[in-house]
Amino acid sequence: MLKKIMTALFTILVALIVMFLVIQNMPGNPVDIMATDIMKKESIQYEIAYERAKAILNYDPDKPLVERFLDYAKGILTGDLGTSMAYKKSVSEIIKEALPWTLFVASLSLFLSFFVGILLGISIAWKRKKILNTFLIGYQSILGSIPNYIVAYLLVLLFSVSLGWLPARGAYSTQVTVGFNLPFLLDVLKHAILPVLAYFLTTVSGWVLSMKANSLSIMGEDYITYAQVRGLPNRRILLTYLSKNAILPMITNLAVSFGLLFGGSPLIENMFFYPGVGYFLSSAISKRDYTLMQGMFFVIIIMVVASNLLVEIMYKFLDPRLKEQ
Amino acid sequence: MGEIKYKLKNTGGFKSFILTIWNNMMSRAGFIILCLFLMVAILGPMILEQPKADYLNRLKPPSMEHLLGTDYSGRDTLIQLILGSRDVLLVAFWAGIISIVIACSVGIIAGLLGGRVDSILMLISNVVITIPSFPVTMILSMLIHVDNELMFGLLLSLWSWAGLAKAIRSQVLTIKHKDFIEASRILGLRKTDIIINDILPNIISYIAVNFIAIMKGAIMASVGLMYLGLVPFQGNHWGMMIQLSLTTSGALMGSGTIAYFLGPVVGIILFQLGCYLFATGLDEALNPRLRV
Repeated sequence: MLKKIMTALFTILVALIVMFLVIQNMPGNPVDIMATDIMKKESIQYEIAYERAKAILNYDPDKPLVERFLDYAKGILTGDLGTSMAYKKSVSEIIKEALPWTLFVASLSLFLSFFVGILLGISIAWKRKKILNTFLIGYQSILGSIPNYIVAYLLVLLFSVSLGWLPARGAYSTQVTVGFNLPFLLDVLKHAILPVLAYFLTTVSGWVLSMKANSLSIMGEDYITYAQVRGLPNRRILLTYLSKNAILPMITNLAVSFGLLFGGSPLIENMFFYPGVGYFLSSAISKRDYTLMQGMFFVIIIMVVASNLLVEIMYKFLDPRLKEQ
Repeated sequence: MGEIKYKLKNTGGFKSFILTIWNNMMSRAGFIILCLFLMVAILGPMILEQPKADYLNRLKPPSMEHLLGTDYSGRDTLIQLILGSRDVLLVAFWAGIISIVIACSVGIIAGLLGGRVDSILMLISNVVITIPSFPVTMILSMLIHVDNELMFGLLLSLWSWAGLAKAIRSQVLTIKHKDFIEASRILGLRKTDIIINDILPNIISYIAVNFIAIMKGAIMASVGLMYLGLVPFQGNHWGMMIQLSLTTSGALMGSGTIAYFLGPVVGIILFQLGCYLFATGLDEALNPRLRV
């Protein structure tokens, strides 16, 4: 466990270094560029603008390299992420608005494909139907090869442009009042359908396949044969003997897929103009908004690291073999 | 089937490799698709010329003259598609080669040397695995100036070697104490000789499977980066075509040029499918646990 936490901390350190290198190697002097920008916009003296830019970027080119990095790391770790130039807001505020949307869509699609994948996988393994298996391989080879944002685009074409059933942009429409009321919640759900569907369609077959493989290997175990010999009802074997043991190794995959979902969020969210972390990350990069970019990058890293740790703890809790040790 | 596998194990060689692939239905289909792609990518640029802009025939639907219609500046979509396959394959190829070189060096060094070197290299690999690759590649695309296929491949491979490195390390660990390696060591052969003559031949089939998988991932990532407009790479890359079809023509909003968007998409799907089929066959042929 201690090793896992050390790796997690080290991961965050590496992310810090990567980000620092990017800012370090930007073409031109970033502080100077930003200072000139501020000077023009607010018509103040260059020296004042320069000081402001240094504070905003949390970066001082006049200091030596190591000191500069330490300053930078201290700023990030104390939660001072600076101000976004493009949105004229503090980055932490943008994160507060964007993170729930990404978490909502990512976890909804993750759990949906996880549960559907487990149910289908175990039933395909149990019933040994050849048709289902062939269908599964065909599905996986085609939908597994299309990037999810292309699937998303085709979904938009079908459900929004041709049929006009579902909205294709944003997280909620402007007509509803934001808050905890029924119209708003329904509207949010309606806007989430297409992004979730795009994730779901491209990831579900992977879950089905690995669940099927797990179930098949467990069905060959002696204790399943013994349970059948003892004359236990199939239902009992399926629920308590097979599914429990087959699901357990899948828990680790949850963290990996969560990381993939978060990592791939720039593409899907950009497609739907969904105001989540990925959308702001890609817009920050195209607008060269460095503070926003580093903020979003760190949110993604920290979420992935945290989900890894969480799954680790969950696994320990769920697997009785690990508990006894 | 059994006899051929037996042959493969003993003689190795290119011929029996092809035979094994050919005997599996799935990998045969994949092999044919990939060969077709390779031919198009090699022969296409030799025969066809770069299409010229023709502003009178903009955004035309498919016709006899232009089989897949034309793009926003009147260039033929089919010709662009054929010329683009070269860029797509080259980017994926470089990404695969660079990733495998990094992964092999890290994996073999960590597995052979062990000790502190091993734990440091594995720590780095674990970190690289944990951090999702797409955002990092997005950010690195600001650092690395992409102006040719090689640089693009480098950008894509910088964050996609770690899983393979770990796998190669564990392969090396299992064959490290086999008799023939011990023999070479006792004979006093140099470490580099042991790596080249004893270890690499034993993991080469494993590397081949992963090369295909990395190429597949690299194509997905390259198209994704281009779709977001982060890699202003001049060329006929299909990702560029998709991005242009979405931004300049609103391809799907009823302008009759859906072929311009679907062309590269279908191309990508076919290529990915070819890789997938080829790799499953490879895996089935080389991995004894998958034989039923």
